[in-house]
Amino acid sequence: MPISDVKAFAHLSEADVEAFAAELDGIRTDIEESLGPDDAGYIRSVIRLQRRLVVAARITLFASALPAAWVAGTTMLGLSKILENMEIGHNVMHGQWDWMNDPEIHSGTWEWDTTCPAEGWKHSHNFVHHTFTNVLGKDNDVGYGILRVTPDQKWSPANLGQPVYNTLLALLFEWGVAFHDLDIEAIRQRRKDPKETLRQLKLIGRKVRRQVGKDYIVFPLLSGPAFLSTLTANATANIIRNLWAYMIIFCGHFPDGAEKFSEEELDGETPAEWYLRQLLGSANFEGGRVLHVLSGSLGYQIEHHLFPDLPSNRYPEIAERVRALCEKYDLPYTSGPLLRQYGQTLRTILQLSLPNRKAAPVHQLRPKGPKRATAEELRRHAGTVAPQAAVS
Amino acid sequence: MVANETNFQRAQGLSTVLSMARNFRGAAAARPLLTGAAGAGAAVLGATLLEVRNRLGGEMGARAAVPADLARNVGARMTTPLLPDDYLHLLNPLWTAREIRGRVVKVVPETDDAATLVIKPGWGWSFDYLPGQYAGIGVQVDGRWAWRSYSITSAPVRNQGHIAITVKAMPEGLLSAHLVRGLDPGTIVRLALPQGEFVLPDPPPPNILFWTGGSGITPVMAMLRTLNRRATMPDVVHIHSAPSRDHFIFGDELRAMAESHPNLRLMEYFDDVDGLFELSQLDEVCPDWRQRQVWVCGPAPMLKAAEAHWEEQGLASSLHVERFSVTLSASAAGGLVTFARSGKTIQADGATTLLEAGEKAGVPMPFGCRMGICHTCVAPLTTGLVKDLRNGNEYSQNQGIQTCITAAAGDCTIDL
Repeated sequence: MPISDVKAFAHLSEADVEAFAAELDGIRTDIEESLGPDDAGYIRSVIRLQRRLVVAARITLFASALPAAWVAGTTMLGLSKILENMEIGHNVMHGQWDWMNDPEIHSGTWEWDTTCPAEGWKHSHNFVHHTFTNVLGKDNDVGYGILRVTPDQKWSPANLGQPVYNTLLALLFEWGVAFHDLDIEAIRQRRKDPKETLRQLKLIGRKVRRQVGKDYIVFPLLSGPAFLSTLTANATANIIRNLWAYMIIFCGHFPDGAEKFSEEELDGETPAEWYLRQLLGSANFEGGRVLHVLSGSLGYQIEHHLFPDLPSNRYPEIAERVRALCEKYDLPYTSGPLLRQYGQTLRTILQLSLPNRKAAPVHQLRPKGPKRATAEELRRHAGTVAPQAAVS
Repeated sequence: MVANETNFQRAQGLSTVLSMARNFRGAAAARPLLTGAAGAGAAVLGATLLEVRNRLGGEMGARAAVPADLARNVGARMTTPLLPDDYLHLLNPLWTAREIRGRVVKVVPETDDAATLVIKPGWGWSFDYLPGQYAGIGVQVDGRWAWRSYSITSAPVRNQGHIAITVKAMPEGLLSAHLVRGLDPGTIVRLALPQGEFVLPDPPPPNILFWTGGSGITPVMAMLRTLNRRATMPDVVHIHSAPSRDHFIFGDELRAMAESHPNLRLMEYFDDVDGLFELSQLDEVCPDWRQRQVWVCGPAPMLKAAEAHWEEQGLASSLHVERFSVTLSASAAGGLVTFARSGKTIQADGATTLLEAGEKAGVPMPFGCRMGICHTCVAPLTTGLVKDLRNGNEYSQNQGIQTCITAAAGDCTIDL
């Protein structure tokens, strides 16, 4: 059962929620006021590193006929694409670095190294997903229109194929992202102006031509006799990036404890309740600094959803403060090691390919009592519990 | 002088890049069949050479601009979604035409509060500017690019390789003080192409009157240096006022110039000994002023007096003035909002967001979350000041602003 009132779910009064939000606003102000040369230096150094990496990879791959060069070049290219898409592109397009007033590192101008045009991404992700986070029927990121990721979504026989769809989506992730903003469901239901669909398709087509041209025509041709090995190297690098991006992104809202919401919640939702929904709907994962940078700081999914346009290098310090606030207001803060979070996601996807064996319990309240509920309790009471777990 | 702090280039720069971002996604015209790794190098090298030729080669350079673009497009097939420039500037900061860079070559102190910055501009710069025009200069302060415009004081010479701008530290201007005292040779700055209507025509008129005050000398300096390079100097009367002899920027050079050209008369007035120069003295020091084309640059009261004086005589058409900085009042709430591209204006109060104001005025405003998180609504603010309704932060012109959470703080212009 999706949550229809975040306040009631969290056992907080309106005044509490407002006070909680005021503290979050305070964090925002503190960060904004302290932005300076070190922050600007951070994003510039990540960009420099990424561009050097890509140049080194492309040069190495001219010798891709040699297995060692193939492996080294593919690894570097995959890494550079991961860095570009996750820590740079995604965050720049969120406007995290707009404060630098640098048109070269700006949400209005950034175009990323993937088949998805920035324009479509900024609409489907920055606006739709970040505004209507986890609201069933509004946020297309809840299962991306092809996966059933919460028992609240109706089962259909097509869901039996989930293990296959999931694998395909992981391998072809950039293509899923490229076509995501088309909103196939809206097209199918004829809710969308065909002219707009055509415009979007043209935009995607142009981007795809350039991306495919670069990775599968221009650089293979430049490798001369090593045409084929460069082609496979580039394809492999794209797949490495796809798998990584898929895994990281699937750990943001699908692990246990990341709540889903009904459209009723949006009725008259205040900015303070919006904050609360972002917190309840997101899940972090833990890891070292390198893991966080490679995952575009999405291990701080909660902080990212509370402050999508604050620079990602500040998320670690923001996380400490948000965690303390959650303690203070007795709110859940979902987090765990990356592999556990992904394991939960995968388990849910596999389980939900089958119909619910029993209706999920109808709970609209988080359990009161011990200061910290276990993830299991939270899950059960949130009603997002997977069917097998529900009967156990 | 601080010419036109209300410069438009920044926002234009932003929208240029915006349209560039759109274009380079779509620039599919060139379909090169490059074979061999040499092709990659050749394309990049080609872009480099053509740019160099473009910079050095006069007429030929003008024709080379098209192949340079072609080479850039070819290179972009390899660097898409970026441009070759985005990689090349990591090798040499000046090798990019995306955002024009410049390297500060030297900082020459002129007076105790003014300095000339000699800058070597990078790719994309044009030396085809007119004497009297100003250029935008951007420097990083606390991680942010901050921009001002200053008159170019060097004469436009295509193959000189450098430009000079002269900056006076203003008591209230942190940025001007930083430029005068805080820039070391080697610093990379950003540049916006020269602009401005306060220019000397070519050929110059036979009779000229320059009236300059303080740092208002700077655009006229470029004009005088240009005239000085010619074989014949027209009949020029130059009246300059400065607070004191020590504050006369370019004093020595101007005196030397006047000595070598009998047609150039320099009259110096120092407030501390002579008092302010008044227009009532004009008939006495320059009786034929009515027959002259006049260029006036200085503090606001001086410009106002000049405008009134020439207007009164029905000679407004021979007067050219350069405006000083427009003071922005941070305290204003609301104001007249102009949407430049759609040509619509609306009076908005301090509580109405620019997004709402635009929608009310019938401007097709981009928007998303309407709560300041998704940045769909970002639009370039070309002039004026706006206030973030969430925290009271103020944003000044020449940057992208989120229209959904900002309101006008005085009159402002949005590039939508």
